[in-house]
Amino acid sequence: MNFILLINGTYIVAAVLFIYGLKLLTSPVTARRGNLLSAVGMFLAVVVTLLNEEIIDYRWMLIGIAIGGIIGGLFARLVQMTQMPEMVALFNGSGGLASLLVGWGAYHVMPLAGLFVMTTVFLAVLIGGVTFSGSLIAWGKLSERIPGRPMLFRGQTLLNGVLVIVILIGGSLFLSAPETSYPIFLGIILLSLVLGVMVVIPIGGADMPVVISLLNSYSGIAACAAGLAITNNILIVAGAFVGASGIILTNVMCKAMNRSLYNVLFGGFGAVTKGAAAEVGGEVKAISAQDTYYILEAASAVAFVPGYGLAVSQAQHVLKELGDLLEERGIEVSYAIHPVAGRMPGHMNVLLAEADVPYEKLIEMEQINRRIANIDVCVIIGANDIVNPAAREDTNSSIYGMPIIEVDRSKTVIVLKRSMAPGFAGIDNSLFYKENSRMLFGDAKGSIGEIVAEFKNV
Amino acid sequence: MDSQICNEACLICMGLILVLSIFIGFEVISKVPSRLHTPLMSGSNAISGITLVGAVIAVGSAWGTMSLILGTLAVVFATVNVVGGYVVTDRMLQMFQKKPGEGKQ
Repeated sequence: MNFILLINGTYIVAAVLFIYGLKLLTSPVTARRGNLLSAVGMFLAVVVTLLNEEIIDYRWMLIGIAIGGIIGGLFARLVQMTQMPEMVALFNGSGGLASLLVGWGAYHVMPLAGLFVMTTVFLAVLIGGVTFSGSLIAWGKLSERIPGRPMLFRGQTLLNGVLVIVILIGGSLFLSAPETSYPIFLGIILLSLVLGVMVVIPIGGADMPVVISLLNSYSGIAACAAGLAITNNILIVAGAFVGASGIILTNVMCKAMNRSLYNVLFGGFGAVTKGAAAEVGGEVKAISAQDTYYILEAASAVAFVPGYGLAVSQAQHVLKELGDLLEERGIEVSYAIHPVAGRMPGHMNVLLAEADVPYEKLIEMEQINRRIANIDVCVIIGANDIVNPAAREDTNSSIYGMPIIEVDRSKTVIVLKRSMAPGFAGIDNSLFYKENSRMLFGDAKGSIGEIVAEFKNV
Repeated sequence: MDSQICNEACLICMGLILVLSIFIGFEVISKVPSRLHTPLMSGSNAISGITLVGAVIAVGSAWGTMSLILGTLAVVFATVNVVGGYVVTDRMLQMFQKKPGEGKQ
């Protein structure tokens, strides 16, 4: 007796659970249940696969699952919320590598499987390899193990082009005679790893969320290709969901920055300013925590604009405390969220949710910009590029045209910043020199703590 | 491995599955609000660990040391992706569910 019907029937159930789980993710109330359903789907899919008639030996598989489960579970439990972006990148790379290995295994076992299967093997290995090494570089950049700035050199695009062409030639040589092409196959793996590194190193700055969601999409496509290679429906279905979701998210991020995907991938954001970006000059006006307290206390509407610095200094809880104190005094408080603030899509929302800021208080960019002129004080916490007026004013700036939160149009701007160093994108910010700007230097958590203390002393 | 060799009807069928899945993926996901982008990303990242199913088949049916090593490694990495992905997503979503006003620090 064989279980083909049972296996494939369960795969359909799993696919339904994935779809329904993703659907429940559209609301914060049901999202957790959605994730759980999707996990159940995954569990069913894996368990029923054990009935596959080709499986004759369970020992290594169980050892592998135990090791992987312990590693993944421990990392996911122990990781700090601030390190979430790089953790997701690492998991993503892990999935890409798995697809590469599945493709490799399929080729190793049956090099004579025909053109279609070998094409999908080639794709699984190529995309899986790019996902793996690309995610590792993204992980390095996000965790600041390697410089986050874009790394560009002369002839980079040309070199990447040559790399792609070599891989394609290698691919067609491999496909013309798969059974005798083991060395070429290994060469393709190597080059795909190199390609992943080359595509991600020139990207930096505010583009990191785009890269993360794009790599996520790739890992889905790699799984999908692996599924085609070994004729497994659930891999095709789930891989395609992930591929599609990643592409949508990537697109949302690109729109938020008013740039095309091509521009993100090949533009080297923040590294090359087109010559004469306007010289930023003027006087920086520093302010003390005490004076900040007076300004805030006299305000009737305050908006907090968080950026990656909020995550770095872990200031979200004390920020919420300050927000509550202001509200107790009848001051209207809102949190203005730029779509690409932080280092991954929706980063700020996660942080503020961790501090129990109710999500009705999180205002999206377009809405806050509409009424920003009526806001008395905008407090910028560790954000830089997303509030840089150069995006509106300086046609030579590399971020020109990117929608920003237009804090400079509010009555007073207070910038919490450690020093005058430029942001992740490496460009100067004219906001700091504006007439209505004040700089409160110091670590965000410390500074906000001092302001809170001022409030409590009264 | 003859059960894995595919005829034309099967290819067309897989193509159909692929195309329809992509459409469903686009439809479902385009409705997710921006505040849930992070959990969506890490949740779909966990789903991409579905390659574990392929890895399990590969290692269970492995012939010889080399394919056993490849398969076992694939299982390890895919499981890291699946388990880590779901746990991280759950941790994030847990925070979204807290009632406003609770757990002030």
